[in-house]
Amino acid sequence: MLISLSAVLFALGLLGVIVRRNVLVMLMCMELMLNAVNLSLVTFAQQTATAAGAVLVLLVFVVATAEIAIAIPIVLLLVKRKDVLDLGLYNDLKG
Amino acid sequence: MIDTLLLWLFAGTALVAAAMMLVLRHPMRVALALAATMLSLAGVYALLGVHAIAIFQVLIYVGAVMVFMVYAIMLLDVRDRSFTGRFSWLLVPGVVAAVAFLAVLAHGVWRGLPEPVASAAGAHSAVSSFGIQRFSLEFLNEYWLHFELVSVLLVAAVVAALAVLEVGRRNRG
Repeated sequence: MLISLSAVLFALGLLGVIVRRNVLVMLMCMELMLNAVNLSLVTFAQQTATAAGAVLVLLVFVVATAEIAIAIPIVLLLVKRKDVLDLGLYNDLKG
Repeated sequence: MIDTLLLWLFAGTALVAAAMMLVLRHPMRVALALAATMLSLAGVYALLGVHAIAIFQVLIYVGAVMVFMVYAIMLLDVRDRSFTGRFSWLLVPGVVAAVAFLAVLAHGVWRGLPEPVASAAGAHSAVSSFGIQRFSLEFLNEYWLHFELVSVLLVAAVVAALAVLEVGRRNRG
């Protein structure tokens, strides 16, 4: 049950990254995907009674924190340049 | 009995809040829905007996990441009316891709799971000694190298964030 919950949460996060247009909402959906992976890791760690899964979850926490700490300044710079939050309008690199 | 009930309650709350993240329009409401998801997942972790991870989930995710996110939402002008809809043109392909992904996961991964993991629906009383003491002992005895590497990663992230901000300042000035 928890494994399927984590799969559904991951799919919802993936769907959010694909369909939503707001940069901040997309970032939050990426966080949701990380959370889903954490849930599956915790379930495995608890059911196999090993600490490796829990340690991996801790490392995922650190990666999520580093990701958000770098992503938010990038978003701030993007918005300062164009003044919109819609990622569909950032098509400067389109050939 | 009550444990199973609470587990279902937290799992259902996480699922509903995650689904609400997709349809809510205002980013602050999306952030609140994400915080609700994270708090329910922390409840699930606590019910599973992995208390250390539950505490870190609340402290790091809800306490640090989401607060940072809320600050960013308040800092930016989220009442930006430049785009008309909340969904991009990828709505239909995205839904199809997500459903296909879920089907692949359900078909492929579920078969590969070992039997106790696949069948244990609410058997969370199997391991009771997975407390914070055992976790920290194993963590710092076996995984101390990873712990140190994590500090290197964090320093790199801080330096990268400062570099990004410095580039922005130089472009403006």
